[in-house]
Amino acid sequence: MRPTNLLVGSAVERLEDLRFLRGRGQYVDDLARDGVLHAAILRSSIAHGRIRSIEIAAARALAGVHAVITAADMGKSVPIIPMRLQPLPEFHPFEQPVMADGKVRYVGEPIAVVLADSAAIAEDALALIEPDIEPLPAVANRRAAAKDDSILFEDKGTNLALTFRATRGDAAAAFGDAAYTRRETFRVQRHFALPMEPRGLLADWDAARGRLTVCGASKVPFFNRRILAKQIGLPEDAIEMVENDVGGGFGARGEFYPEDFLIPFAARHVGRPVKWTEDRREQLMAMNHAREAECDIEIACARDGRILGLRGHAFADMGAYMRTNGAVGARNIAQFMSGPYRIPNIDIDVSLLMTNKTPVGTYRGPGRFETDFFRERLLDMAAQDLGLDRVEFRRRNLVSAGEMPYPIATIAPFESRDELDSGDYQMTLERCLEEIDWGRKSRLQGREIDGRYHGLAVGCFIEGGAAGPKEGARLVLEPDGSLSVYVGSSAVGQGLETAFAQIAADAMEIPIDRIRGVFHGSTSYVSDGYGSYHSRAVVMGGSAILLAASALRDAIRSRAAHRLGCDPAAVEIVEGRKAVGPGGSSLPLVGLADEGISAEGSFLNKKHTYTYGAHAAHVAVDPKTGHVQLIDYVVVEDCGRIINPMMLRGQVIGSVVQGLGGAFMEDLAYDDQGQLLAGSLADYLIPTASDFPMIRAVVMEVHPSPINPLGAKGAGEGGIIAVGGVIANAVANALSSFSVQPRELPLTPSRVWHLLHDARRAEAAE
Amino acid sequence: MPVRFEVNGKNVEVEVEPRLTLADCLRHNLRLTGTHVGCEHGVCGACTVIVDGAAVRACLMLAVQAENTKVVTVEGLSRDDGLTPLQASFRKHHALQCGFCTPGMITTAHALLSEEPDADAERVREVLSGNLCRCTGYVSIVEAVLDARAAYRKREGTAP
Repeated sequence: MRPTNLLVGSAVERLEDLRFLRGRGQYVDDLARDGVLHAAILRSSIAHGRIRSIEIAAARALAGVHAVITAADMGKSVPIIPMRLQPLPEFHPFEQPVMADGKVRYVGEPIAVVLADSAAIAEDALALIEPDIEPLPAVANRRAAAKDDSILFEDKGTNLALTFRATRGDAAAAFGDAAYTRRETFRVQRHFALPMEPRGLLADWDAARGRLTVCGASKVPFFNRRILAKQIGLPEDAIEMVENDVGGGFGARGEFYPEDFLIPFAARHVGRPVKWTEDRREQLMAMNHAREAECDIEIACARDGRILGLRGHAFADMGAYMRTNGAVGARNIAQFMSGPYRIPNIDIDVSLLMTNKTPVGTYRGPGRFETDFFRERLLDMAAQDLGLDRVEFRRRNLVSAGEMPYPIATIAPFESRDELDSGDYQMTLERCLEEIDWGRKSRLQGREIDGRYHGLAVGCFIEGGAAGPKEGARLVLEPDGSLSVYVGSSAVGQGLETAFAQIAADAMEIPIDRIRGVFHGSTSYVSDGYGSYHSRAVVMGGSAILLAASALRDAIRSRAAHRLGCDPAAVEIVEGRKAVGPGGSSLPLVGLADEGISAEGSFLNKKHTYTYGAHAAHVAVDPKTGHVQLIDYVVVEDCGRIINPMMLRGQVIGSVVQGLGGAFMEDLAYDDQGQLLAGSLADYLIPTASDFPMIRAVVMEVHPSPINPLGAKGAGEGGIIAVGGVIANAVANALSSFSVQPRELPLTPSRVWHLLHDARRAEAAE
Repeated sequence: MPVRFEVNGKNVEVEVEPRLTLADCLRHNLRLTGTHVGCEHGVCGACTVIVDGAAVRACLMLAVQAENTKVVTVEGLSRDDGLTPLQASFRKHHALQCGFCTPGMITTAHALLSEEPDADAERVREVLSGNLCRCTGYVSIVEAVLDARAAYRKREGTAP
């Protein structure tokens, strides 16, 4: 494919770092505009209620305030934000208006926007707005939702938005014949992405040209432009979305949120640039929440440990509205509960229930983190019941390389079929056991050493990537011989520019310093783009770059042939520097065309890549405090073709630590009135530098993906997916002498202490 | 009200509201946008700057409190012709991804190593635990800071 291949596969230092390390990044809040007004958003402090009136006169009268916008300013109807993924008609009644419309349904829902000379004055004015809201009983959790006593959407008559069903084989028959079954309930708490940079937008309306520019785009700028154009009544090409540097995405940033309409609308409303920067408290109540799910599931096995079936019901707490990608987590819980295992009979329902809490969306490994916790916990319990070694139990049930491609459960409605593409799952399991020194450490299981109980666990995962339908790239050989790369993928802080520069430089056989720039994420660079989600950027954007490079080489040959007076097929591009014709006549690529030579490539894909691997953990539990110390943590994953092993390892380790946050501490707790109890970083705890010093990642490229020209698989989520299950199993293993079985995350010191305390009390009572 | 202080070696005088934080003053009045604001309540450390040699949270300090101090931001710890040894170590160890927490990590690590060029891994972790990063998991940041110690040992005795 590439005669020289020096950069792809190498730990190339990142191009982005030169600006980030010197404070020269340009995040959206770093932008300044003359005449800018600052927006602040009044958000509901009531979880569920009917809006009687909103008194804005005092706020409007405050010196420095230029406008107060409410739903009344939106014309005849408040625009609705459509779903981007799984846009089923059943979800339509639950989609979110850009501003509370008649009712408020969660704490944090926008009620009014103030525009003022400074952010401080705008925030002052918020305190002068008086919303009169008649409180309604809050639906604070999925059990309350299921009762339908209080209903979020009266027209709909129920809080149940939809039930997904994942099926394969004949689960009823499998369970009927099974020698062994076990039924369990598990729960994962609500937590979320929390990127370090809060969201921000800067919108500029050019009335003379009828053009709108929106800075602060990321993830899916083209899709968001389509939504905005329709909502605001402009042609798509009258709107430019600009991606600046982006301080972390993890699935949550860059989806279309209410503010993505409100701020551009405000700029047009007042005819001046308008800027909004989310503060952390706002982020905690406004950005997509995630993960909150419970299940009641059952496994069936033969006596020899073969898994025969998996069935049951899961419940996803959706919050107040179906947001753009709100259904993904719930869908994935159903479809990926079988993970990397050979489970021939599956019947899993997942009910999506509306509650008076912040709406949910995707967070790195959406649904997969939850469902892997459910499954891996159940596997350890089943192995123990069957008297099987839990590693051997997994070995027997992993899908083997010879079974690829392996079909997984079909999900309905949506009728989406999927198959695992390639890999040797047992290989990564064995390597992981080796890395953590399982053989030697086995004797530590459940042992008390210096007052702490040691535990081990290992679990296997798959990570889907490479969502279609396509991605586009354009390469330009500039007159000076440098190469510009334009691509429809977007950056969210993952090092996209470096990875794409590596791919493009190799494809054109040039050194990386001949890459003039990788231009991405803004709607002006390519005609259409699909962005960065579902671990798709490298596979889709990278493959599009390869195809564009091939087209560019053809274009260069054709141009050179014209000048050399020969057939294009007779021209060879040598060392990325010159075009050589028959007889050795040659032209340097520098100056080959005054206006540069451009070529496009578009990669189409209907299938998914599946990265796979295993995680292992060694923990020590202090029975007096319930504190769990992580002594060692290893991830081994095979991601197919690796573009940059240093960046990949960085993604995996960062992803693991995010997962440890979810396993041990992060919790968007609510009270029974639907009030968010974690409104600051003092309440919402995430891992710090002193929490988890020992995390290791081994990245392999044994099985390149067969479904794209790069051979790459989506990566970056695999580090998080297995963490909850592995940590809970390690804690159970440590406390096996007390028969402690964690069924709920996070495993805070308090929860672990209570588990132990209850187990000891039960033991004493016997 | 007017406030006078030194930023990155230059004297500045800014007219500010008493309630303006030093972080907002640096970012919006002085256009030094390398200092980032992540939480405005002193937890995340993204806004860390060096005031009279000590790492402080610019979101917890009012601009008026900076009167007569010497403030150093990430821009003041950078040069045009390349990376400092600390920055180069961050790049080598892949100690940043999205870059948003990075200026605060750089200022915090610089203040630490200027005082304690022999800080061990545990000490580095302890000091960095006041700076939140959501991308890296910290492992590479700690490695980068440890690897940069040599450069600070050499310059011991000279002012940062």
